[in-house]
Amino acid sequence: MTVGLTHYLTVAAVLFTIGIFGIFLNRKNVIVILMSIELMLLAVNINFVAFSAFHGDLVGQVFTMIVLTVAAAEAAIGLALVVVYFRNRGTIDVAEIDLLKG
Amino acid sequence: MYQAIVFLPLLGAVFAGFFGRFVGPRACEVVTTTLLFIACFLAWLAFYQVAIGGHDVRIELLGWIHSGELKTYWSLRVDTLTAVMLVVVTTVSSLVHLYSFGYMDEDPHKERFFAYLSLFTFAMLALVTSDDLLQLYFGWEGVGLASYLLIGFWYKKPSANAAAIKAFIVNRVGDFGFALGIFAIFVLFGTVQYDPIFASAPDQVAKTMDFLGYQVPALDLICFLLFMGAMGKSAQFLLHTWLPDAMEGPTPVSALIHAATMVTAGVFMVARFSPLFELAPYALAFVAIIGATSAFFAATAAVVQTDIKRTIAYSTCSQLGYMFAAEGVGAFGAGMFHLFTHANFKALLFLCAGAVTHTLADNRDMRRMGGLRKLMPFTWAMMLIGSLALTAFPLTSGFVSKDYIIETTWFDHTTVGLYTYWMTLIAAFLTSLYTWRLMFMTFEGNFRGGKQAQDHVHDAPWTMGVPMTVLAAGALFAGLAFRHLFIGADEASFWRDSIALQEPAHHDVPFWLTISPTLGMVIGFLIAWYCYMWQPLLPFALLKRFPAVNRFFLNAWYFDALYDFLFVRPAKRLGYILWKVGDGTIIDGIGPDGVAARVIDITNRVVKLQTGYIYHYAFIMLIGVALLITYFIFTGGGLAP
Repeated sequence: MTVGLTHYLTVAAVLFTIGIFGIFLNRKNVIVILMSIELMLLAVNINFVAFSAFHGDLVGQVFTMIVLTVAAAEAAIGLALVVVYFRNRGTIDVAEIDLLKG
Repeated sequence: MYQAIVFLPLLGAVFAGFFGRFVGPRACEVVTTTLLFIACFLAWLAFYQVAIGGHDVRIELLGWIHSGELKTYWSLRVDTLTAVMLVVVTTVSSLVHLYSFGYMDEDPHKERFFAYLSLFTFAMLALVTSDDLLQLYFGWEGVGLASYLLIGFWYKKPSANAAAIKAFIVNRVGDFGFALGIFAIFVLFGTVQYDPIFASAPDQVAKTMDFLGYQVPALDLICFLLFMGAMGKSAQFLLHTWLPDAMEGPTPVSALIHAATMVTAGVFMVARFSPLFELAPYALAFVAIIGATSAFFAATAAVVQTDIKRTIAYSTCSQLGYMFAAEGVGAFGAGMFHLFTHANFKALLFLCAGAVTHTLADNRDMRRMGGLRKLMPFTWAMMLIGSLALTAFPLTSGFVSKDYIIETTWFDHTTVGLYTYWMTLIAAFLTSLYTWRLMFMTFEGNFRGGKQAQDHVHDAPWTMGVPMTVLAAGALFAGLAFRHLFIGADEASFWRDSIALQEPAHHDVPFWLTISPTLGMVIGFLIAWYCYMWQPLLPFALLKRFPAVNRFFLNAWYFDALYDFLFVRPAKRLGYILWKVGDGTIIDGIGPDGVAARVIDITNRVVKLQTGYIYHYAFIMLIGVALLITYFIFTGGGLAP
């Protein structure tokens, strides 16, 4: 059996779904949310690379690089926010973060 | 010159009103009073030129409203009738201005007071110089406004505020009729200018008008409606209730507005429209009946009042009744003559009463006066002159004008005339009774106001004394000096066509008729002397014996209570219902409050959607994205199929 485009897309879809559920089912930790976001971005990246190879067009892979860069920056900022938030509120428990409640 | 008469007081009012706080009270007093005296001098000059010289003046100042057939102008019309009023108004006003120097000595708001006084004078002059009904109405409302402001001048006194509002509202009732009368005139004549109205009035005699579903004679209706305004302004029977309460204002105001000038605006207006009134027999009879009734009714009320100013106020009401009674039997000249003389002695009486109350620290209760003759002999002498004139002591001005009115009503030879004659004759007796009662209670006997008050009593300063002296001279001599012009041999050349002259002939006056008012006056004096000098305890015994009678007259036949029951309380209740139910519950409930409450309800529910958890927001965003994508997939993503 050859590994085709469908398999890559399936893996990416599975990863993306895991990421989504990681966000919504997680009730404990903000860092897990950040990780889930990374996971979703990776799923998107796999899609990009797979389509790039399938179409023989390098633009997709270039875009992947950009996404990786942005993801790294996002992770750094997100972790910095978490640190600051912990200093202010003494917790990063997701269930406790409800200042937007009306 | 004629412009100056009218506008100098306005200038003074603007100066004192708008710049008074910068220049101080003394400057305001001096400026307004000086301007008034100049206006007064010019008014006498105008009187000489117009009334004696016989040159009517008509000056058009500005156009006002030009709309369709309606054309009105700001204009000055000075004929004899106006000249008489000009003289009365400016003379009394300037004297009252001077008097206020002394009377308002300790008041902290002199600028405002003098501004209002001058404003009143301007409005009154605009009223009497009007050449059409609209300007007349302007002046009419202007004096009403000034009267309101001056009655409520001491605005910290609740009673003064209540009296001011009462005066304003009662006058609105009359003015409502007056406005309807003006509308009716415009409908009938197509103009509001005096001359065209008077010129075409004889053609309208037989015409009828639809009023409240009835066909009524047009001229009678118009005159009746106009007279309604006069009843309000001149405090005649049924609309008189505001005048006694208006005594809450400063006494110079009572002298100027509520004795000499404003309240006579109604008399002036009826005289001005005499060419119309003499064509309206029913309205004229109504005028006579109301006037005679007022004369009698107010005199009965005056007899038992204990407040010195209220006594004189009812007396004013009664004397105005005389003027209307005279006009009601067609003697417009006699009515105007009584207006002229009455302005002298009634203003004098008020100024004297003001001097008395001023020195007694605003005590107006005659039961706590007495014996003031020795303490303030000058004021006593002045008041004596005023009282003699008011009670028609022979040869004083009141004697000349009032007794002439009583005789005239007799010569009318109709049922109305007879009623008027008897009412005015009894009123003459009552006038003497209450006037001498006032004199005896105030000036004779022992002082009943306490030692402390007695030590403060002093005669008036010269600023108050001079106006009183001038008016006293008028009260004594104005009658004889002007008799031949107003009602005597020269009346036709004096009035010319400014009023309708159709007085009943006075050929041979029987002796008993001449003597009857004087007899009534003497009887009144004797009864007053007996009750208050000879047997001073008798009034108290009568009071104890007939308390209900006393209450009935003290409350002026309970008209105030009646109106309170009929109009004031239902109006208040209606207002309360409209306020609480109509406005509060219905309009606010459905409108602003209701909408606001619904918004709050909805937002309270919407707020529950905001959990504050980031993952809920993120989930909803995701669902949204999923829905959008699904939509685009199923609709082809915006591409052409």
